[in-house]
Amino acid sequence: MFWNPRIERMPQKEIEEYQERKLRALIHNVYNHSAFYRRKFKEAGVNPWDFSGRKDLHKLPFTKKQDLRDNYPFGMFAVPISQIVRFHASSGTTGKPTVVGYTANDIECWAESLCRGLVSCGVSRDDVIQISYGYGLFTGGLGFHYAAEKVGATVLPTSAGNTARQIELMKDLKTTVIACTPSYMLYLAEYAYKNGVSLKDETELKLGIFGAEPWSEETRKRIEEKVGIDAYDVYGTSELSGPLFTECTEKCGVHIWADHFLIEIVDPDTGEQLSEGEKGELVVTTLSKEALPLIRWRTGDVTLMENEKCACGRTHPRIMRILGRTDDMIIVRGVNVFPSQIEHVLMQIPEVGEHYMILLDRKDDGLDVMTVQVELSEKAEVDKVSDMLELERKITEKLKSVLNVTAKVEVVNPGTLQRFEGKAKRVIDRRKI
Amino acid sequence: MVEFEDNVIRQLSVFVENKPGRLAAVTEILYKEKINIKAFTIAEAGDFGIIRMVVDRTDDAYRCLKDAGFTVTLTRVLGVEVEDEPGGLYRIAKALGDQGINIEYVYAFTYGGDRALIILRVDDIEGAAKILDSRGSLYKEKN
Repeated sequence: MFWNPRIERMPQKEIEEYQERKLRALIHNVYNHSAFYRRKFKEAGVNPWDFSGRKDLHKLPFTKKQDLRDNYPFGMFAVPISQIVRFHASSGTTGKPTVVGYTANDIECWAESLCRGLVSCGVSRDDVIQISYGYGLFTGGLGFHYAAEKVGATVLPTSAGNTARQIELMKDLKTTVIACTPSYMLYLAEYAYKNGVSLKDETELKLGIFGAEPWSEETRKRIEEKVGIDAYDVYGTSELSGPLFTECTEKCGVHIWADHFLIEIVDPDTGEQLSEGEKGELVVTTLSKEALPLIRWRTGDVTLMENEKCACGRTHPRIMRILGRTDDMIIVRGVNVFPSQIEHVLMQIPEVGEHYMILLDRKDDGLDVMTVQVELSEKAEVDKVSDMLELERKITEKLKSVLNVTAKVEVVNPGTLQRFEGKAKRVIDRRKI
Repeated sequence: MVEFEDNVIRQLSVFVENKPGRLAAVTEILYKEKINIKAFTIAEAGDFGIIRMVVDRTDDAYRCLKDAGFTVTLTRVLGVEVEDEPGGLYRIAKALGDQGINIEYVYAFTYGGDRALIILRVDDIEGAAKILDSRGSLYKEKN
């Protein structure tokens, strides 16, 4: 099934011609309407009138997460705020969020992209879709919500959490499709099992769309076996809009809608373009976004690209599973965490030292646990146990307020954590993904 | 011998992770410096513990534990002589409680062969010392 058969099956030559036209228009548009891009293009010696299209793409400067932070909140917007119909925000390394904005067209285009994905996984108006991604500033919940309504499915907007209720509603309202993080799906299955409910036998679930954190083929198999559904991958980042692209029923890569997004794979160190099949950083240029157009956006996600037409008939390029990150960002329970955020919190607490470690584990029930180890400083008073517990509680609370995710805090003796001479490797990821 | 400072005992508190060998590491340092432990207790709280002790050479012990990288705090505590008969501890606890003084923790050890001494941390050390001294039960420097 197709949502937009003409576009989804458009011959690749036509897609490329379409991209050329949109790309040239985009370069002129951002040059004229965004002080940020005009400055960046001038610095890079790029004149829109000399820009011929895709073959000149490599001459354009990259856009990075730091640009969004430096221009917080509106510096990179290319339309007046009166045209913005919605904001979303994610937490940033300094505790300052990065803000993204959408025009009415941007919301429409976002929903259109995900609609194509939903239909390619087999979602239709006959389905009841339970959206267990967080609603609110996070793009997951509302992103799925708009697309699912547009498809005509029945939406059950449970948001994340309250697992007992999720399972009760799933049974009573006969949910057929679920969208959440893969780790939450495993937790739901485990929780149901412990409470005497088999999701496989006692619900109508037939498929799930999982993302917002890295996962693997092994996890797909586990989910599919435990829950008795087909599990599909979804990709997107808040900067690009939110959840945008999914696998189709072939399960061999995520289709990237090339009429709206132009992708490249580059060497994360040199920035050189890599060819199809080579592993590198995914770089995306948004061809249709109005509020916050991104030119050569460095996603930080490592993957490889496949241009071959998919067996499902779709002609748009695909990316394979996300293999890792180029920066030190970690994803815990669907939340992006930078070690520098943790460092920033710890540095404000006089009782702890400047050295720390972050340990990531995945429990048997599928939930991720982040442990932050910190050393006591000279200033710590260590006589009363209650003071020490209070210190741990204080650190936990401050971390939670900045990271939006709970970390277990372990205080250790000074000088016992690993020291680094070169680039610090403070994250030990012991999760089996 | 216990060292006093205005009839107050200086106690060492050492933070240790709840891991094998940590207590050995602390006591080995003291042993090598020929420091004698007079009173000792461990408060355990999940993944860490706090060793509290009274030693014969407090400043030396503080310095060598610090040098070895431990987090050490000096705390002022009171020593209380308890009569060896029913109600000994009760009378002291009541005397302090009646005056609104809170006991934060307490541990005991024996000395001089047949005598029991209790180490107290209270929220008002001067007030507690006065009450205990007036009852003749404060363990203090012999003049």
